[in-house]
Amino acid sequence: MHEQTRSPARRAGLYGLLSVAAFVMLFPFLWTVVTSLTAGGNLGDGPTLWIKNPTLDAYRTLLSALPMWRVTVNSFAVAVVSTLAQLVTGAMAAYAFSRLQFRGKGLVFGVYLATLMVPLQVLVVPLFIEMKTFSLQDTYFALLAPSFASAFGIFLVKQAIDGVPRELDEAATIDGGSHLRIFATIILPLVRPALATLAIFAFMGSWNSFLWPLVVIRSPEFMTLPLGLSTLHGQYTTQWNVVMAGSVFSIIPIAVLYLVAQRHIITGLAHTGLK
Amino acid sequence: MTLVQAAPPPSTAAADAVPAAPRGRRRGGLRNLGWVLFFLLPSAVPLLLFTFVPMVGSLWVSLHRWNLISSPKWVGLANYERLLKDPQTLKVFLHTVAYIAGYLPLVYVGGLALAVALNQRMRGRSFFRAAIFLPVVTSWVVVALLWQWLLNPANGLVNHVLAALHLPTPGWWTDPDWAIPSVILASAWKDLGFVMVILLAGLQAIPSDLYEAATVDGASGWQRFRRITLPLLSPSTFFVVVISLINGFQVFDQVFVMTGGGPEQSSQVVVGQIYNLTFRYGRAGDASALSWLLFVVILVITAIQLRVQRRWVTNA
Repeated sequence: MHEQTRSPARRAGLYGLLSVAAFVMLFPFLWTVVTSLTAGGNLGDGPTLWIKNPTLDAYRTLLSALPMWRVTVNSFAVAVVSTLAQLVTGAMAAYAFSRLQFRGKGLVFGVYLATLMVPLQVLVVPLFIEMKTFSLQDTYFALLAPSFASAFGIFLVKQAIDGVPRELDEAATIDGGSHLRIFATIILPLVRPALATLAIFAFMGSWNSFLWPLVVIRSPEFMTLPLGLSTLHGQYTTQWNVVMAGSVFSIIPIAVLYLVAQRHIITGLAHTGLK
Repeated sequence: MTLVQAAPPPSTAAADAVPAAPRGRRRGGLRNLGWVLFFLLPSAVPLLLFTFVPMVGSLWVSLHRWNLISSPKWVGLANYERLLKDPQTLKVFLHTVAYIAGYLPLVYVGGLALAVALNQRMRGRSFFRAAIFLPVVTSWVVVALLWQWLLNPANGLVNHVLAALHLPTPGWWTDPDWAIPSVILASAWKDLGFVMVILLAGLQAIPSDLYEAATVDGASGWQRFRRITLPLLSPSTFFVVVISLINGFQVFDQVFVMTGGGPEQSSQVVVGQIYNLTFRYGRAGDASALSWLLFVVILVITAIQLRVQRRWVTNA
């Protein structure tokens, strides 16, 4: 916020650029809604914002084709559970690596970091075989399995805990506080921003996840939104109003969540870019 | 596995997993071990089962011929050899690189322009920021469907607008030459807000007195941008480039939904090929070998970037 724009011409240019950008980013969402309310037969008539005979037919077809409510609840449930799991496993492991002394710590931390570098694509085939061997395909457990713990999250929180002065926990140790108490009452409240960032990443990662559900889920009752939508797309290739109704259905919950927590989400993500 | 190595006396490890019961002379050490297990096991068990084991498993699979049904047959490095000779491998890597080459400049220049614009005191700042960021929280599948409809050659909005302006109307994702550009457009649209926010945070970390001093010395706006903003923004730029390259090589969702790798494999990317090898052609061994090839490529490129960052990143 340092460079001040004073000349009216520059100011107009600035608003012009930003308005065009906002339009380009928002209009496709509006277009999705418009398409979903257009009768299938009118889609070829050319674009219009004024829908001649708005209809909810596409939504009726959508709900008969896929258990959309269940799929939406699945997406939310999986995202919430994997976020909570990553917060717990991440914060605890980060505490161990930051505060506990034990033999082989460097080695264990190295192995943790190694898992961070391996992309999901490398793991997909054997992970699928693992699930198949234990008959876990098509279960909620299978959806959650790769996201119970994330090395990225552990690393993120460890950096934050490293920044907390050790005098704080030493004072508590003298008072007779156990590791669990130091962790819960001193460390956790102080690293809340890092935990928030981890929660945002975990939630968005799970919400958007597609490759793994695509590989491990077959029955509609365990599908998440991205997988459900892609299946729908396969069935209704040319019925764009139905496909767009499905898109609207899956955008609304995350858009509402975004509007509520917008500021936290943006600052949370921005901080990963700074050292 | 790793935890056993970390624990000095393995025989007592299980007995003292609960952090209580002080016992004998070594109680301090044992109690400490108990705490280590208490804090590490919740993450170590899932990481071991669902990341480390599959990682080793993937190496093993890559040395076998296996269709996931009959029993696997040991073939040594034959899968890697075949992949390196297969012209399709080179093609999918080239398509992936072409995607990155189009995506990265678009998203960086666009993101930088918007970040600079939003780094001013102005009304409506948070509205613009929130609007531009909205696609970031939308899932890739939705973004791909949305753009497939916008870029629909017959009834899509974009071609209607182009036709009204008497401009050529490409076949977009139905045309082999336009399939990758279509994916690039959709991807840049989704990620623009993310890049903007990262760069905006970088811009806000630049001390304002630098600009004031430069203005006093008579530097023009362009000179300030060129000599102050760009160099001091280089750590953020570096972050964007590293992340974009890592994610770019792993591109899959939007390609799978928008083009399915087509038409005629013209937009097939590395991860799409891994998926097809496993689940369409029953060649799990080749798929695993290709995934390791991809991993090595990502690792080498990231290592090179970390090495050369000293040359262009300020304070690296």
